[in-house]
Amino acid sequence: MTQPLSPPRKRNPLNRTQAPSQPPAARSRTSHGFTAAAAEGRFALQCCAHCGSFTYPAREICPECLSTELPFVEAPRGGLLVSETTVRVPADVYFRERAPWRIGLVKLDCGPVMVSHLHGDCAEGERVAMSLQLDKSGQAVAFAKPQQETPHMQDDRQWREMTADPKFRRILVTNGRSPVGLAAVEALLKAGARTIHVGVPENWKPFPEEERLRALDGVKLVPLDLGDERSVRDLAADIAGKTDILVNTAEFVRPGGLTDRQGTSFFQMELAETYMGLVHLAQSFGPAMRMRGADGIDSAAAWVNVLSVYALANWQPFGAHAASQAGCLALSHCLRSELRSGGVKVMNVFTGPIDGDWFQTLPPPKVAPRAVADGIVSGLRQGLEEVFVGDVAQDVRRRLAANPKALERELG
Amino acid sequence: MSQAARQRLSYDGVVVAAPVTVPYERYSIESAQWWIGRALKGLVESSGIDKRAIDGLVVSSFTLQPDSAVALTQHFGLSPRWLDTIPLGGVSGIAGLRKAARAVQAGDADVVACIAGDTNQVDTFRRTLENFSRFAQDAAYPYGAGGANASFALIAQHYMKRFGATREDFGRIAVSQRANALRNPHALMKAPLTLEQYMKARPISDPIHLFDCVMPCAGAEAFLVMREDIAASLKLPVARIAATIERHNAFPDDVVQIRGGWARDIGELYAMAGMGPDDLDVVLTYDDYPFVVMMQFEDLGFCEKGEGPRFVREHDFTIGGDFPHNTSGGQLSVGQAGAGGGYLGLTEGLRQVLGQAGPTQVAGARAALASGFGMINYERGLSSGAAILTGPSS
Repeated sequence: MTQPLSPPRKRNPLNRTQAPSQPPAARSRTSHGFTAAAAEGRFALQCCAHCGSFTYPAREICPECLSTELPFVEAPRGGLLVSETTVRVPADVYFRERAPWRIGLVKLDCGPVMVSHLHGDCAEGERVAMSLQLDKSGQAVAFAKPQQETPHMQDDRQWREMTADPKFRRILVTNGRSPVGLAAVEALLKAGARTIHVGVPENWKPFPEEERLRALDGVKLVPLDLGDERSVRDLAADIAGKTDILVNTAEFVRPGGLTDRQGTSFFQMELAETYMGLVHLAQSFGPAMRMRGADGIDSAAAWVNVLSVYALANWQPFGAHAASQAGCLALSHCLRSELRSGGVKVMNVFTGPIDGDWFQTLPPPKVAPRAVADGIVSGLRQGLEEVFVGDVAQDVRRRLAANPKALERELG
Repeated sequence: MSQAARQRLSYDGVVVAAPVTVPYERYSIESAQWWIGRALKGLVESSGIDKRAIDGLVVSSFTLQPDSAVALTQHFGLSPRWLDTIPLGGVSGIAGLRKAARAVQAGDADVVACIAGDTNQVDTFRRTLENFSRFAQDAAYPYGAGGANASFALIAQHYMKRFGATREDFGRIAVSQRANALRNPHALMKAPLTLEQYMKARPISDPIHLFDCVMPCAGAEAFLVMREDIAASLKLPVARIAATIERHNAFPDDVVQIRGGWARDIGELYAMAGMGPDDLDVVLTYDDYPFVVMMQFEDLGFCEKGEGPRFVREHDFTIGGDFPHNTSGGQLSVGQAGAGGGYLGLTEGLRQVLGQAGPTQVAGARAALASGFGMINYERGLSSGAAILTGPSS
């Protein structure tokens, strides 16, 4: 039985903050097939294209038939926990600080045996459901959970190391004026967030949802203009050290590509709000979050960027916007690498056009802000790196994987 | 299997001599090259052979990087015409013996120095765990960073449940080996061990507790494999190789390891030696963990699979007991000098059959079996081997 988490106690500011450490990170190149699957919450194993047998750990050659064609494919998650141990004296710092730590051998229904991290409710001799998770090194690991839901399952100590669950965490949502920002606040509160700071750009301008937001328990409105370095820095001075999850919902959507826009002012505004906004946030909040990656149950845990899926492939009608999003995507990869040493995940939530003012003339399907918010919460609860919300985003992702050139022609 | 045994050449004309142990140290500031070099010096001194007459060298070490055996030829001033590096951990000794013996028999070398040695500097053990193998790095070490302790814990836990072995059974093995070690001046463990102390030891990775684990240390082990006529001209006491076996990745379909490769080859070992388990005077198993010893009692043919616990309860494994086993104290009490651990049983077995074991000598020992086990590449030990040595009086 998982003990439910207790609300974190107030910190003694005189105490030293525990510095984050990382579990062993070295992996073979082939093994990153698991990283790719874990980033999206898929359970994939290598399956021989020639003889059809599943294999694990990552191999170059099928041990059954010596074929070199071993693609990673979706695999059945079921298995049996055949043996377990509790590691009490680990050899490295990360696990030493977290010992005792339970691991086991899982015999998968599809064949291979996996050494796996165990959820506390797993018992030897019983069936388990496997997943691939990203650990605090950002590397894929196998994780076994009981096949049936158990009470407070999400609060398990080892599971929480793999995720960025909003429960009891303090969150900054950067834009309370946007429909996505608003929906995110509500969804995160529902998921158990302790406090949510909600950034309000151009603070002096009233907006319709202000009163409702103010009335919510745990929500605090703060002035925040992402394009203004000073504004971001001022806010960080107050709350960077108590921000566990940062949800960057920066949004600046205007139509047009390169030659059909007049002048450059929109380009500059786009970049100021989104690209430079991310720069300002990263410089002001990044270092403090990275230091707090192992700071108890409400440690710094994740950085979320809501991005247009056209960051991955340019869509000419909104081509300049897509390019600014592509810039943000590239920055996010840099940020991911820089926050990794703190065990803080960077999760990108890719969405198709959102059902709102700036995509008014587009035909459906469009994405409801609520769906983006749900994608953020479920991604955090699963510890993902890439979330694709809605049919358009999924479609672009699959077409990109299948043939990037075809996608380029079809979007242009 | 007996057909295969008949087809194998015997080791006629080849002998083993000059067991050398460079006394172990828990931590060393010296390099692996230093330890291996001292073992070579020990071989030359104890055999009286001219260094230039050593025309074969086989080396095993985890800590020799960036060197391999060839670098050592220049380092030590040797000009061998036969050279090998055997990275097989606990099976290094058996594999080295086998290769060297065939090289001598074929005339590719006359005198082969077989050496395993490792240093143990403060951070050596953790680095070895981190970089052990690709599968371990990808799929075992990131899970709790328990190294071999955690991997063998998963196998031991399963074995105990399946065959009814208890910690007391494992404790009997550890306790008797400590009793043997108290007679061995080279053993790092000098204090007696009681079953009660064994049971109360702190847990490392359940069900593995402190006295189930070997102590990593620095040290080296060595012997010579050579032409019989050369040994005779030097008047060296020598042993013969009655039989050997070696196997890797023997039972990949066992979900959790319950046996090593011996189970597949043991019939061949005894057939080739022309003797059975009852003809052995000393048994030296590979003891990285007591439960691995128990597994070997089964797989080496002393009892049936699953009978290990009963076998352990019924026998006395001390030097004066009815089943003298790991008479030096084994790795559990002498220490594990890296790849040297794969030689420990052979050098002790050699001393036993040559009557040179001194305080750990089993009276009248003529035939000794030494086994090796190693390389937990992912979730099981892949390599196994065994050799039967016979002394001059047999």
